[in-house]
Amino acid sequence: MPSRGLPYLLLMPAAIFLAVFFLYPFTLVAWEAFSGADGGLTLAHFATMAGNWKFSSALENTLLLAIAVVPIQTAMALAMAVLVTKIQRGRDVVLYIFTIPLGISDLAAGLIWFAIFDQTGFLNSALHTLGVVKEPVIWLGYQNRWVIFLAVMLAEIWRATAIMLVILVAGLGLIPKEYSEAAEVFGAGPWQRFRRVTLPLLRPSLQTALILRTILAFEVFAVVYALGGNNLPILMGQTFHWQFDLQDYHVAAALAMVILGISIGFTLVLLRVLRVPKGAGI
Amino acid sequence: MFSRRIAPLVMGVATVLAASVAQADVLFWSTQAKPIEETQAMRTNVLKGFDGKVDYQANDGGPWLTRLQAELKAGKGSIDVLGGLHGDFSTLPEGLTDLSALDLGGAKVNPGFMALGKLGTGEQKYIPWMQATYIMVANKKALPYLPAGADINALTYDQLIAWAKTLDEKTGGPKMGLPAGPKGLLHRFLQGYLYPSFTHSMVTKFESPEAVTAWTKLKELWTYTNPASTNYAFMQEPLLTGAVWVAFDHTARLADALNKKPDDFVAFPAPAGPDGRGFMPVIAGLAIPKTAPDMAKAKALIKYMLQPSTQVATLKATNFFPVIDVTLPADMPASVRASGAAIAKMSGAKDALPALLPMGLGQLGGQFNQVYIDSFQRIVLNGQPIKQVLSDEANTLRAIMKKADAPCWAPDAPSKGACPVE
Repeated sequence: MPSRGLPYLLLMPAAIFLAVFFLYPFTLVAWEAFSGADGGLTLAHFATMAGNWKFSSALENTLLLAIAVVPIQTAMALAMAVLVTKIQRGRDVVLYIFTIPLGISDLAAGLIWFAIFDQTGFLNSALHTLGVVKEPVIWLGYQNRWVIFLAVMLAEIWRATAIMLVILVAGLGLIPKEYSEAAEVFGAGPWQRFRRVTLPLLRPSLQTALILRTILAFEVFAVVYALGGNNLPILMGQTFHWQFDLQDYHVAAALAMVILGISIGFTLVLLRVLRVPKGAGI
Repeated sequence: MFSRRIAPLVMGVATVLAASVAQADVLFWSTQAKPIEETQAMRTNVLKGFDGKVDYQANDGGPWLTRLQAELKAGKGSIDVLGGLHGDFSTLPEGLTDLSALDLGGAKVNPGFMALGKLGTGEQKYIPWMQATYIMVANKKALPYLPAGADINALTYDQLIAWAKTLDEKTGGPKMGLPAGPKGLLHRFLQGYLYPSFTHSMVTKFESPEAVTAWTKLKELWTYTNPASTNYAFMQEPLLTGAVWVAFDHTARLADALNKKPDDFVAFPAPAGPDGRGFMPVIAGLAIPKTAPDMAKAKALIKYMLQPSTQVATLKATNFFPVIDVTLPADMPASVRASGAAIAKMSGAKDALPALLPMGLGQLGGQFNQVYIDSFQRIVLNGQPIKQVLSDEANTLRAIMKKADAPCWAPDAPSKGACPVE
């Protein structure tokens, strides 16, 4: 018979870990963001942050990137997950291949795509060999921000769709076959079964995957840094810049708070929109 | 049972061993010689002659400062010797040991540089270590396109613009290059070359009519500059690939091109404007944090770094020149010979106008640079009106100077109190 305190005891290491390595540093950062030179509370750092000429474009780019990338990734991950579950033979191999990008660090992923789009990169040499261009094209120049944006989108989709895929594959595995079979008996086609049976039952996994992916999208950094340098300002890049280049920890902390705020906001929205009604779970 | 008991013991012994090994090595914590080949050359060629083991660690400025500050704050540390640029040290005079009484074994360090090492205090906060500057390098293919009558060793900004224009028109695309990437040093070009050449100032005349002229000229030059410049950090790379034929950068960031293809490239002085040939000498120094675990070994290492043979080895490893009087041997790399000659012509020119690295800004050094980078990005890349941007950024600059309470440095006239922005 396990004692009543056992669950709490088992939770303890994780709780202590979180408190020491997450909550404590977090309070320090929060304090940095709001504390003034005289030790009192101030919003001056947020004013400095918002007054910087790059802040609005960083905010805009970060949001646009998340809005552009996450839906595409969701659709792709869903399609890939259904595909994987339908495959009879070689399923594991396909799943492993799909998840290879997960094992690559985001900076490495950025560098791979940089090697493609760079002035002396693969894309230019391919186009040159095919005779499409005479001189190498500068794809990632400051004049073509939308190309940088597209390159970052591509790199992000390539790199981070697998994390959603893994969650969704696990979620699909949890859905009992009987529901789908029953629907089939009543004459539902494959699309109807997907829309009316699989998708609603997948909701909890979808919610987890979306929350995780959206938060990660707001924290995008290394890929943009590798591909765009400072031509495509984003919030995380600005945080790094204020912390290390400009050595103003207060403003860096304020930016971190903004990212946190956006992440919490979107998480709440997703929790609400994709909520699973009580008693409706599997 | 046995292994469970023995495990902590083994781990304990291992920790003690690791600690004692760490103690035997002198930790040389540096912001210089960061590219891996240079770090390796420092370890194997420069430091091997020192009596004792040295652990040479090269870092970016941010992490370098973060660890140092943490050690100073904690009151004890493991860093013995610091290597950094003048600007790296200006943040922390209180944390550095006074090295006035240090015996340098007869090495005669340039007295002007020694004075800089005081960081405005009465103590010798750092010992000058090595020096460099920024010059220009051109592919020899570009020379036939020089404007008529122009002397490559005495160019003006107008001639450089005309040259870049001809290159753009006659060679199928812009061939001028500037290090305007996130890791590039374009801000030094703006602070130490463009501004002094046109305004005889770096700070005071930031938004003067002369400054407007300077930015107009730079905008013009930019129209004939390879737009990929916003991704460049080390100009030796685009020079070697042929994407750029004429470039401005730090001598250490051009060396690779001069060494790999010595017959293809020429080094020459930066151009001159109406107020002279502005250029910026760069000084790196050696210091000892007050928390150094082995003060005697640290001092011995600094003395070793200042010896003529070490200084020559350092030059070969990093392309930074000696700060002491030393005759260079004949077998120096091509980059040293080429850039050495260009530096001599630049500093010896009749219109030479040296501009010092920012001083006394402490932690605000990064924000000071950002004013120039932001002005560049807004005016040149985003096409915002020059006057408007300069007056905006002048406010930021004024606030930084006031906050740092930093007096003016050359070429601005000395000031009482914070350097004014007129």
